[in-house]
Amino acid sequence: MNDKTSQLYQQVLLDHNKTPRNYRVLDPSDHEALGHNPLCGDKYKIFVNIDENDTVTDVTFVGEGCAISKASASMMTTVVKGKQVSEIEALFHQFHDMAQGKLDPETEPNDLGRLKIFAGVRNLPARVKCATLSWHTLHAALEGQEKVTTE
Amino acid sequence: MTDTSTYLKQRTNSVDIDLCRDDFPVLRREVHGKPLAYLDNAASSQMPESVIEAYTEYHRRCHSNVHRGVHLLSQEATEAMENARETIRGLINARNNKEIIFTSGTTDAINLVMQTYGRSRIGEGDEIIISTMEHHSNIVPWRMLCDEKKAVLKVVPVSDDGELDLEAYASMFSDRTKLVGIVHVSNTLGTINPVAEVTRIAHDHDVPVLVDGAQAVSHMPVDVQQIDCDFYATSGHKMYGPTGIGILYGKEEMLKTLPPYRGGGDMILSVSFEEVLFNDLPYKFEAGTPNISGAIGMGKAAEYIRSVGYENIHQKEQDLLRYATEQLSAVDGLRIIGRAAEKSSVVSFVMEDIHPHDIGTILDLEGVAVRTGHHCTQPLMERLGVVATTRASMAMYNRKEEIDQLTAALHKAVEIFR
Repeated sequence: MNDKTSQLYQQVLLDHNKTPRNYRVLDPSDHEALGHNPLCGDKYKIFVNIDENDTVTDVTFVGEGCAISKASASMMTTVVKGKQVSEIEALFHQFHDMAQGKLDPETEPNDLGRLKIFAGVRNLPARVKCATLSWHTLHAALEGQEKVTTE
Repeated sequence: MTDTSTYLKQRTNSVDIDLCRDDFPVLRREVHGKPLAYLDNAASSQMPESVIEAYTEYHRRCHSNVHRGVHLLSQEATEAMENARETIRGLINARNNKEIIFTSGTTDAINLVMQTYGRSRIGEGDEIIISTMEHHSNIVPWRMLCDEKKAVLKVVPVSDDGELDLEAYASMFSDRTKLVGIVHVSNTLGTINPVAEVTRIAHDHDVPVLVDGAQAVSHMPVDVQQIDCDFYATSGHKMYGPTGIGILYGKEEMLKTLPPYRGGGDMILSVSFEEVLFNDLPYKFEAGTPNISGAIGMGKAAEYIRSVGYENIHQKEQDLLRYATEQLSAVDGLRIIGRAAEKSSVVSFVMEDIHPHDIGTILDLEGVAVRTGHHCTQPLMERLGVVATTRASMAMYNRKEEIDQLTAALHKAVEIFR
């Protein structure tokens, strides 16, 4: 097996792709946004509930796309649940920087934890948007926007 | 300019098309530590050494403007560009050089027809017929024109196998039909459309025909007189030439009656603030300094195709198509999209539970270059009920070993996603 292939398509990622977590419509929800990558056709809707302390009490998603985008959305929901909006924003920026190769999660301080498995996309410019689509969508939902495209 | 075609040098007695591979320097490179298997020829085919040389030779030896200077460099550049026009004319058998207009590519050529023929001849309530399998470049200009003029876009259906419904097509004409736009070879499916028949039916109704030939000229002999179409558009970089260059063929009697495309230098005979006298064909449609090295390169590519011969190209590519279809059909969960009886060397497919973009990345890491996505044919994808496909498109220089490399990588993808 090519090293790069197995580094990118790790078991965790494949598992989240096959059985995505929090994959359902959240009704009612405080915020929702639709994320679309027109180039790939990847499309996800993200639903968020926030309590009076700005803590995300529930977050879910539905939609279709490649394994990287789906696993990224799935893992994102598991990570941000229970976090404060400000923490999520910080994580969004770290994730974004990692995907673009501006932050090396192995040598620089970060809170990415298991999200580090998406670091491999930094060498695949065409796939960076797949990994970041759900994060952009969550960011938009938290900002009160209803639609976001990554083109 | 010299011709260093290995293929030509060795083609003294027996014809061995496999030797032509050596003419393409890029095919020797590696990607991600693997030998490159370049199967994305429908997106852009590679250039042989002779084309690269002709292209750079212009810049080294006679870089200057055309049709203007009295100095030697300009004369040489003009001659080289006009020779290219003549070679391309010969390749598609146009009647004369006035019928060959250099454009920046097929898209530009189609837009030329839209802006000149379309805007002057198509009005409110008029109808344009195109097919479901058109590339966006033969949809969007007509959608734009229809919106501007309140004209109607009618679409010929295709079968599940990706073939044109000729019967439906023949019944779509009315006295308001003003143009038929049809793709010669589908970039997504490889379907070869019977463009001569399509043209004959349109002409029975006195409707002119524009053929999008971007995917045809590298694979099969194209004779615009035999097709009898009124316009034929194609691109250099899909036929072993440079990017940013293409041509529009138009029948002289049609072109003569059309208004100019863009205004500027080279397309005029005389200019005053009160009046402009437009230049003769084909220059009337070539405003501004053209892509000279591109035109020269495209001419050289046409020459290269002729030297190898369409018969050899056809035989080799159909052989590759058969082999690829057979090998890919044996991959777990793989379904081929597009099974027309007449196909160029394109195999589009989807795989159960694996998204085309994941396939594309895995193949790339294994050294295999393919295209994934909607291939700029979103309406066709919708018709066929798929969001995206993976497309392997073969050229004359490809080898069965590259298809084996593709198949092995797909088996890996299946293994990973199991």
